Amino acid sequence: MKRLIKLIRKQWLGYLFGILTLLTSIVLDMYNPYFVGEIIDRSIIGGELGYLRIALLALAGITLGRAVLGYTKELSFDIASSKVIVDLRKKMFDHIQKLSFSFFDENNTGELMSRIKEDTENIMNAICYGIMLFLEQIIYFIIATVILLTINWKLALISLVTMPVIEYVVFRLERSVGKTYEKISDQRAVLNTTAQQNIAGVRVVKAFGREKYEIQKFLRQNEENYKINYEQAQAMARYNPPIEFLSNLVLVLVVSVGGYYVIGGDMSLGTLVAFSNYIYMLIWPMRMMGWLTNVLAQCMASVKKIDKLFEEEPSIRNCDAPIKPERLEGHVEFRNVSFEYAGTNVLEKIDIDAKPGSTIAIMGMTGAGKSSLVNLIGRYYDCSSGQVMIDGVDVREMDLTVLRKNVSAVMQDTFLFSDTIEDNIKFGAGEVPEEVFKAACSDAMVDEFVSQMPEGYQTVIGERGMGLSGGQKQRISIARALVRDARVLIMDDSTSALDMETEYAIQKAMEKRKGITCFIIAHRVSAVKNADEILYFQDGRIAERGTHSELLRLRGRYYDTYCEQYRDYVEALEKEVV
Amino acid sequence: MPINNFREDEELQESLNISLIRRLASYLKPYAGPVIKTLLLMAVVIAVELFNPYFLKIGIDRFIAQGDWQNLFVLAGVMILVNAVAMLCSRFRTLIMGRVSNSILLTIRQQLYGHIQKLSFSFFDNRPAGKILARIIGDVNSLNDLFTNAVTSLIPELVKISSVIVIMMVMNYKLGLVALATLPVMVVAFTFISISSRKRWQLTRKKSSNLNAFTHEDFSGIRVVQSLAAENETSSIFLKLCNEWKNAFISAIRMNDFFWPTVEMSWGVGTILVFWFGASLIQTGSITPGLLVAFTSYVSMFWQPIMNISNFYNQLVTNMSGAERIFEILDIDPDIKDRAGSKPLPKIQGNVSFRNVTFGYDEGQQVLRDVSFDISAGQTIALVGSTGAGKTTIVNLISRFYEVTAGEVLIDGHDLNYVTLESIRSQIGLMPQDTFLFSTTIKENIRYGKLDATDEEVIEAAKAVSAHDFIMKFEKGYDTDVNERGTRLSAGQRQLIAFARTLLADPRILILDEATASIDTHTERLVQQGIRKLLKGRTSFVIAHRLSTIRNADRIMVVEEGGIVESGTHEELIKLQGQYYNLYTSQFRFLNDEEEAG
Repeated sequence: MKRLIKLIRKQWLGYLFGILTLLTSIVLDMYNPYFVGEIIDRSIIGGELGYLRIALLALAGITLGRAVLGYTKELSFDIASSKVIVDLRKKMFDHIQKLSFSFFDENNTGELMSRIKEDTENIMNAICYGIMLFLEQIIYFIIATVILLTINWKLALISLVTMPVIEYVVFRLERSVGKTYEKISDQRAVLNTTAQQNIAGVRVVKAFGREKYEIQKFLRQNEENYKINYEQAQAMARYNPPIEFLSNLVLVLVVSVGGYYVIGGDMSLGTLVAFSNYIYMLIWPMRMMGWLTNVLAQCMASVKKIDKLFEEEPSIRNCDAPIKPERLEGHVEFRNVSFEYAGTNVLEKIDIDAKPGSTIAIMGMTGAGKSSLVNLIGRYYDCSSGQVMIDGVDVREMDLTVLRKNVSAVMQDTFLFSDTIEDNIKFGAGEVPEEVFKAACSDAMVDEFVSQMPEGYQTVIGERGMGLSGGQKQRISIARALVRDARVLIMDDSTSALDMETEYAIQKAMEKRKGITCFIIAHRVSAVKNADEILYFQDGRIAERGTHSELLRLRGRYYDTYCEQYRDYVEALEKEVV
Repeated sequence: MPINNFREDEELQESLNISLIRRLASYLKPYAGPVIKTLLLMAVVIAVELFNPYFLKIGIDRFIAQGDWQNLFVLAGVMILVNAVAMLCSRFRTLIMGRVSNSILLTIRQQLYGHIQKLSFSFFDNRPAGKILARIIGDVNSLNDLFTNAVTSLIPELVKISSVIVIMMVMNYKLGLVALATLPVMVVAFTFISISSRKRWQLTRKKSSNLNAFTHEDFSGIRVVQSLAAENETSSIFLKLCNEWKNAFISAIRMNDFFWPTVEMSWGVGTILVFWFGASLIQTGSITPGLLVAFTSYVSMFWQPIMNISNFYNQLVTNMSGAERIFEILDIDPDIKDRAGSKPLPKIQGNVSFRNVTFGYDEGQQVLRDVSFDISAGQTIALVGSTGAGKTTIVNLISRFYEVTAGEVLIDGHDLNYVTLESIRSQIGLMPQDTFLFSTTIKENIRYGKLDATDEEVIEAAKAVSAHDFIMKFEKGYDTDVNERGTRLSAGQRQLIAFARTLLADPRILILDEATASIDTHTERLVQQGIRKLLKGRTSFVIAHRLSTIRNADRIMVVEEGGIVESGTHEELIKLQGQYYNLYTSQFRFLNDEEEAG
């Protein structure tokens, strides 16, 4: 809420302008009945035609003025609020982007999208039409009260008698609608998530022919959405008509109490007539309360949801005085590192010393902790105990941006944006010199297939790289890592979809890039055999370590893998030996 | 169709206003009963509203002026009573319309969602998920109050207006015509505003959709964004898209905000004209001053409902583009659907044939050219070849995810184009390149393969692919939530779960498209042993790059540049000394290469 108010205050000029035009327009509005009354009394009934011309000119002026002011009023509220929403969305987006991997592990994209879109739309509705109408009604209400008080204060006070009751009903309405809107906001997030999952997984849905099942699943959420929205209608049905009733009761009060005074001789009939002419100015604002409360309650529910999101603190962030080294050498060390995730020990007491420019290869069974290990280098997660150091500095003490700019990762899940191939490769790298770009593309074997595309690097690819084969996507993400001139390169199973020849060509090209410390996770012996050290992981521990030939001599798990993959070759060799 | 992304606006088919409105209105048809009820209730509420000032007038003029106590209190009592009745009516109409309009939204949303399920991959390939979501959620929501207001404001106000017009015309037709003189001007202005603001609202929705697309991509790719420390760049793209939306919105609202002033002006000028003309009529003596006074009060009774109607019209114009975007999707004919007279494919034996198959994703571009082969039931076929050669395309055609451009694909002699989609896909187990898991428990993910599977069946499938052991290591075992897209698991583990899911479906034909690429050799061997029994006698297709995975296949087909260049068993192809031979021996060459160097 505080954030929202701050953002609104930033647009004070627009809002102030809007409010000023609103006030002026109300003042003009007040003169309208006056002139109409005068015209009727003086010109039409009194036959004063000279006055008619003046009065009609004045009316024309008022009409024109109101039109112009009305337009500027709406526009300035609209513009100011749209600016507030842009600011709010930007703030939310930046905040969400700062949150750590563990947050995204637990929160669905669909829900976050709902917050950033639907919830801000609700707020916009309130801070634009809501505030504008609210102000207008309040002002009319005050003016009406003042006028009525001057006409006859006793009758005016009696007219206001139903106000506390209306306020009470409004209060009840706010509570009941507010709760429902929170539910609606949540249910929209669920709808969004359900639909998002379905669209993201459309290949699985279709592969299993589960369209009907998915439609049924959505129907349940859709019906739930209907139910809650109907609840909102029910709340409105329960509280809004009484508000209307209570406001109309004012008329009864005026007739009966006013009548009592007139008949008793305490008030002239003329006063009562004048009073009754203004009474609708009092009733209208009262009647609007229900509708306004509805809009405001919806806004508040959304603000609550958004506030909750803002309260999320990134679990991984800069320490108080982060170290910002000018240049990294790329000396990566793991010192007695353990890592726990969701109550399970993923890594236990790992020691690795990767000298600048060396290549460390990691193999092992699925789920042995290979990805978790490399995720600690760029601080995607923090280790539970021990230290991960780069150039002798604990990564937790290093500036996060500097660290991540220097650690380039090709992740297991290749993720590409629906953008051109060139923009995907240069993504987040800032200015990339042409020769660096070209070198990266040729080293990652991207040139090979992009040069055959009619639009080359300007080819737009679909979301997540749709339209490219798995191998092509991997090559682009390798190029994306290479343009960044990082000292540490992580390749997490990033050549699995490549044929052996391409993989080999990329390997050869990478070897020419000197001075890069490289971590390679792979399952193919061909991808790891040239490494300075090969680590074979098992259940979160390093079971075997050494160079290719050392590990072959060991005749352990690595050797088994080797034999399995190169059965023919090994057999042939053995025959030769025999 | 070109690929659309977050930077580009979607193309939108223009449609006529009238047909759009008619189509929207058709959703009200099933609710004729409730709508009539609402109108009747509205009539009571409006009558009471109209009578309230009248009561007030009677009370003052008749009873108070004459000091008539008794009747005054009777009047007060009647007022309370009728207002209480109005309160009840208002309550029921809110309830009824709440039900009607929410039901319509439910129907539209469900229709849209159901229709999207029918659309083929090309629909999803070419547009970001965020944009599809924007239509299912945002655009449907934009129709929120439209139906309620159509019934509760449009129809009653029209009745009010026409009755006031009749009254004015009867009182004095000349003055009546003068009072209505500004109406045509207003209508023309409205038409102009709505035409020019409609395009702007469309643009605003498109920009909003772009924003949604980008947000979706950014959040689903957040790990990449953060690992590349690209937050500043994405943040500035986001801001740019936000501002584009804002500018489109402001440009639309700038036009749209003319609505009110136009009504105000017409009202004001109309009143002035009535006075001006009325005064001259009085001078000529054709009307009395009293008539003019009464007439002017009808003038405001005339404009008040016009104000309400233009409010509704404004809402209609603002949200029409939402409706347009919904209908556009509903009008897309799925390019792959059951042809008339399609019969379900009988239980698959497993003979697969391609007859002169030619295929391209886009016109003019051929991915497969004149491919023919025959595979007999029970064989394991390995497809090898460089990336982008067309391996995935071949297996996609077997599931009829795409339809051939020329030639035919046959299973057991049935042309796939003439059997029902569901009967094909329910019998084929396809594991695509990108493993996708739903954000739910491991158990539910596996069960997706067979919705009525028992827990035992789920566990059995997991055991067959040796996933059981790692699953049991999780605190919650099979009830572990895998998180969105399965991020809780390693890529290899995800592939194993997806494998279990496919096995549980008991497919007659199994297709593995690099489905084991992230699984280590040791586990892969265990998986192969585990599934051997289950898949006995079933045809399977395997795409893989690890040659150890391939060499045991009954037949290996080498795919290059859209055609099959070699086909045979491992031994045959080695003997042939062609492409496969090169591919196969190259792995040893790479191995030797290092040993020579080292």
